[in-house]
Formats: sequence, C-alpha cells, structure tokens
Amino acid sequence: MNAPDAPALELAGLRKSFGKTEIIRGVDLTIARGERHAIIGPNGAGKSTLFNLITGRYVPTSGSVYLNGQDVSGLAPYKINRLGLSRSFQITNIFPRMTVFENVRCSLLWSKGYRYSFWHMVGRSRDLTEATDAILEQINLTARRDLPAGVLSYAEQRALEIGITMAGGANVIMLDEPTAGMSHSETEYIVNLIRDVTEGKTLVMVEHDMSVVFGLADRISVLVYGEIIATGTPEEVRADPRVQEAYLGAALEAEH
Amino acid sequence: MTDATHNTARSASITFGQFLPWLVSALFLLVMPLIFPSNAALTIMNQMAITIVFALAYNMLLGQGGMLSFGHAVYMGMGGFMAMHIMNWIEFHELPIPLPVLPLLAGLFALGLAMIIGSFSTRKAGTVFAMISLGVGELIAACSVIIVAFFGGEEGVSGDRTYGLPFFGIEFIRQIEVYYLTAAWLMISAVLMYLWSRTPLGRMANAVRDNPERAEFLGYSARWVRFYSFCASGFFAGIAGGLFAINYEIVTEENLNLAQSGMILLVTFLGGAGFFFGPIIGAILFTLLQTVLSLQTEIWQLYLGILFVATVMYFPGGLAGLLMMHTIPLRLGKLHLLFVPYLKMLGPALLCVAGFVGVFEIVFHIRNAAPGDTEMTLFWITFDSHDVLPLAVSIIAALAGFWLARRVVPELSAAWTAANTPDTERLI
Ligand SMILES: Nc1ncnc2c1ncn2[C@@H]1O[C@H](COP(=O)(O)OP(=O)(O)OP(=O)(O)O)[C@@H](O)[C@H]1O
Ligand SMILES: [Mg+2]
Repeated sequence: MNAPDAPALELAGLRKSFGKTEIIRGVDLTIARGERHAIIGPNGAGKSTLFNLITGRYVPTSGSVYLNGQDVSGLAPYKINRLGLSRSFQITNIFPRMTVFENVRCSLLWSKGYRYSFWHMVGRSRDLTEATDAILEQINLTARRDLPAGVLSYAEQRALEIGITMAGGANVIMLDEPTAGMSHSETEYIVNLIRDVTEGKTLVMVEHDMSVVFGLADRISVLVYGEIIATGTPEEVRADPRVQEAYLGAALEAEH
Repeated sequence: MTDATHNTARSASITFGQFLPWLVSALFLLVMPLIFPSNAALTIMNQMAITIVFALAYNMLLGQGGMLSFGHAVYMGMGGFMAMHIMNWIEFHELPIPLPVLPLLAGLFALGLAMIIGSFSTRKAGTVFAMISLGVGELIAACSVIIVAFFGGEEGVSGDRTYGLPFFGIEFIRQIEVYYLTAAWLMISAVLMYLWSRTPLGRMANAVRDNPERAEFLGYSARWVRFYSFCASGFFAGIAGGLFAINYEIVTEENLNLAQSGMILLVTFLGGAGFFFGPIIGAILFTLLQTVLSLQTEIWQLYLGILFVATVMYFPGGLAGLLMMHTIPLRLGKLHLLFVPYLKMLGPALLCVAGFVGVFEIVFHIRNAAPGDTEMTLFWITFDSHDVLPLAVSIIAALAGFWLARRVVPELSAAWTAANTPDTERLI
C-alpha cells in the first residue's frame, strides 16, 4: 500500500466535469518526494479544481489520485489529510470566531494524536501550547495571538492560512496562491517561510507570481484549459515554445 | 503587560483565577438555603438548577457546536421517564439503587437515545439538522400517547422517590435534602460541561461550528465531531431529566414536547449562547419569570416574549453578551463613565415599562375578568379597570418614558464611545 519508493503524488487520467462542461480534461502528473512543484496557468484553467480533486473536496469524474502510492481518489478530505497531505485555500478559509492561537492549535490536534479525545485538557499540554506558539512566531502573528481571526487584516489572514496548513507537519503540502494579494515584502517573507518549512517535504503550489515560481520550484507544470501542456524544470518550461505561445510569454511580459 | 506570565501559567496548570468562579458558585449553592429556607424558595431553586443543567447541555449544541435543535427536550424528557421507571422499580422490585445515582442512569439512557438519533441527524448541520430534530421531537411526542407502557399516556408516569437505598442515612423526604442533591448534580454537570469545552473535541466543536469544511482538511470529520457533541449534550440533558423526576416525582409528555424544546432554545438564547455562563443567566432569569412573575400576572409569557424579541433584536449576544460588552471599558478603567448615563436612563426606562405594563394589564383585566368585576390592583394601587383615568395615565407614562429615554440616548452612546476608546497617551 504505502510503497516507500512510490512518488508523493501521482495523477492518472484525472477528469472532472461540472454538468456538461469538462473542467479537468485528462491530467497525468507524477510528483516525486521532496520535490517543489509549481502549477501555473491562466485564470480559469482549472488549477484550483485540480487541487480540489487531489485533496478530496471534489470527487473525480474519472481517473485516479495516488498519495504515496495509495489510491485516495474519492476519499473524504479528512482521510486524505490523515495520510499526510495538507492544503491551503485560494480564498482564505479559517475559523473566524476563534482566536488566532486557537486556529493554529486546532490544526495541530489531529497530528499530535489527540483525535476525538474528551479526556485531555488542551490548556494543560505544554507541548501543544509551545508548538502552537512556535508556529505563531514563524508566521509573525504572535502579537495577534488572542484576537479573533476574523478581525485580522487580509495579509495576516493569508499568513494564518499558511500557518494552519503547515501546522500539522504533513509531508505533502499544497498551497493555492499563497502570496496572492500580498505586498512585495510580505511575499518575500512568506516565500522564505515556505522554503524553510517545506525543507525535505513535497510542495505543490499554484502561483501567479513568476518570480516566486522560478525562485522556489524544482519543476513546473503548465495547466491550460484543463490539460497539462508542459512539465519540466523552470528552464525547460521557460524555453518550451508551446508554453511561450499559450501562456508564459504573456505572463512574463506582464511581469516586466 | 503581564501577558507572558499569564500565558505560561495558563498552559502549565489550573490557576486560582480559573478555580475561583467554581468555588464561589459552590459556596453560593451551599448557603442559598440558609438565606431562603422556605420550601417554596427551595422548589424555585431546584427548578433553576434543573433548567441550568438543561440549558448548558443545550448550549453544547447551539453555542459550541453551531447546531440549532428544535427537539432537545426529547433527551431530557426521556431521561426523566427512565428515571421515573427506575424509581418505580426501586419501590416495587426493591432494586438496591440509591436515589442520587438516578440522574446518572437517566443521563446514560438519554445518551443511548442520542447515539441512535445522532447517528443520522448529525450528518449535516444547518437546516437539515434543525429539521430532523424537529421531526424526531414530534415523533417522540406522538409516541408518548401511543406507547402507554413507557410514557404512561396522558397522566404520565409518577412515583415516590423515598424508597431508594438510604444515601448516608438520607432518604430524601425533606425538600432541603433534594435541594442539596440537585445542587450537587448541578455542580458536577456544570464543571464537566465546562471541562468538555476545553478538550480537543470541545475545541474542534467550535472549529466545526465556525467552518466545517476547513476542519475536514485538518483531519477531523465534521460529522463525527458533531456526533460526539450531540451525544454529550444528550447525556447532560438526560441528567436534567433525572433531576426533574426526583424533584417532581412525575414526568409527562409535556416534559419532552416541542413547547419544552422551544423553551430551552429561548432560555439559552436569552442568556447568550456565545458564552459558557450565558445559559446559566438565561435559566435563572427564566425560572424567576416563570415562578415569581407568573404569581403576579397571568400574562407573564407576554413579557417573556417581549424580552426575548428585544434581546434577539438589540443584543444578539444575549444577556451574557451584553455583560461582556463591558469588558473593554472595564479593562480601560473607564467603566465609571457609564454610571451617570445608565442612571439617567434607568428612570425613564422604568417609567416606560411601567406604563406599558399598565396598558397591558388594564386591557387584559377588562377583557378577561369576570363580568361585573372591575376592581384591579397594580403596583400596589387598587382602581376601577373600566375608568379612563388609569388607562390614560398608563399611556402617558409609557409615551413620556419613551420620549425621555430617547433624549438620553445621545449622551449614552457618546459615553459608550468614550468608554471604549483607549487614551491615546496610554497607547504610546
Ligand atoms: N463547483 C464548480 N461548479 C461549476 N463550475 C466550477 C466549479 N468549480 C470551478 N468551476 C469552473 O471551473 C473553471 C476552472 O476554475 P478554477 O477555479 O479551477 O480555475 P483556476 O485555474 O484556479 O483559476 P484562478 O487562477 O482564477 O484561480 C472555471 O471556469 C470555474 O467556473
Ligand atoms: Mg484558483
């Protein structure tokens, strides 16, 4: 089942239709363990939908998703998460009425082995509190610790989103546009953070900021209109004429 | 500030500050019968304690789990029926069970039922859950007239609590003994329910309430989190039912019908679902209205309804929310700014309320008193309800009070703003 040499993620013939429209039109992709993989593509290409298929939010119309060699297609999100995959959302998805501290602590509970326990007191676990505070320190939100998450600024909520995602220590981390809407310095900080915490882990991310993509990714896939038109190292993808034509040329020009 | 030390202390062990409210509550429960020793007062306090347990249990769903139930009286009622049957078995089959464990058995029975119902009702939150709770509530209420063996038909099930094994020599004949039994169960249940909210499951209940989808991406099945909360809530509701059975020695269909379910929703919302102690306030206030006010006026439910609607409209956080709104002024040391405006508001508000009460009571008396009976007493004044003068005075008082109160509003809101604004020098 959990083959030690299996790739972290493998997508085979993945398809997804909403009604009559096919949004993901046959995606095959293999992402090795420890690889940092970026998925780029124009708006509406289906990047978030692909994330939703991998993480269990949507059930594929056909095709399969393998996590560490195990078929996880159609499993509930919490089951996939327990197998060591964690994701963030393009549209901030946090617990607005709970404090920032509680947001992060909740994301640690399962991975710390508390499961559905009603015989532990969360406040009494020094380990849990310290781990939570360490993450708050990493995402620069210590000063906001006891505020309800709903009152944070947009950039702070984005940082919290990433903190929640990586808190559980999953081996496969998927980030959907982690730097969207952030200022230049915030982006820089977050990119360094992502680089640190994904050390030795598998990272899959959707990102529009090409400097982030080329700075962080080992390999890049280009998704256009529900299909992957190219996969390779940043240099290969940059040089690929189809990519130039379909997407990257325009995007790179827009960058400058 | 002292935040850092506070945090480490919180994570390390239970501090005295956390323990203090419980200690005070326990002492309070201990001395209450010394202050109010009459049997009538004890009955009211027992009723309060039962409602508090039930409301706290209900709030595990509503406030902490985000589940709106229209049928939670089922679990209290079923616990109550079970307790009555056990009470009768004790009497007729000489079961060696002491009375104080009855609430626990009632709780376990309700827990069993909650596990069955919860296994399908907690799959979805929101409207689906609410509708299933309503349907189940209706179903069980209907069963109560069909399955007479368990529900005792219209008369319900009654018994005698004094046949249990003496508990350290206590046979629960005197009301004061029942009071301390009820108070002990109140303390135990409240502490356990509070502790539950501090467990991983209790925390995740909040998370699932806020954002069930995100919780699923953190390894938790929203459905199972809801299920466990639901079972725990059913258990404590059952304990309340057991206490009811012990106090009144009779349980009927009225204890589990939809009216009762609506009552506990109202109590919890009135007190404030957002805070642990909210339902306690709601239960105390409700019981006072139900017992004390109902002796004064037949239309007490009208006042309760008005209070409820006003709370929902103006203070959606309930009375606890209203209280907690004052923590910021308190922390800023500016609470005193509010005293004078509050006092200025008090007079007109009382006048307005008294005026409206006068109107309601006079009209009610005119419409409902026996023919020829025109004499009524209100606020210690006896007058002829068919006279124009009392009605006119009431209307004028209501309008004048309202008008005067309106005039204080700007001052009040200015004071409120000031009390919530930190001094700029202090910030730096
Ligand atoms: N649940 C859904 N039902 C119907 N259509 C959907 C659904 N989710 C996504 N789509 C459609 O699928 C297409 C791809 O959407 P998706 O969000 O995956 O794009 P994306 O590549 O992430 O775009 P962006 O860069 O704007 O985030 C869009 O046309 C969208 O309208
Ligand atoms: Mg997207």
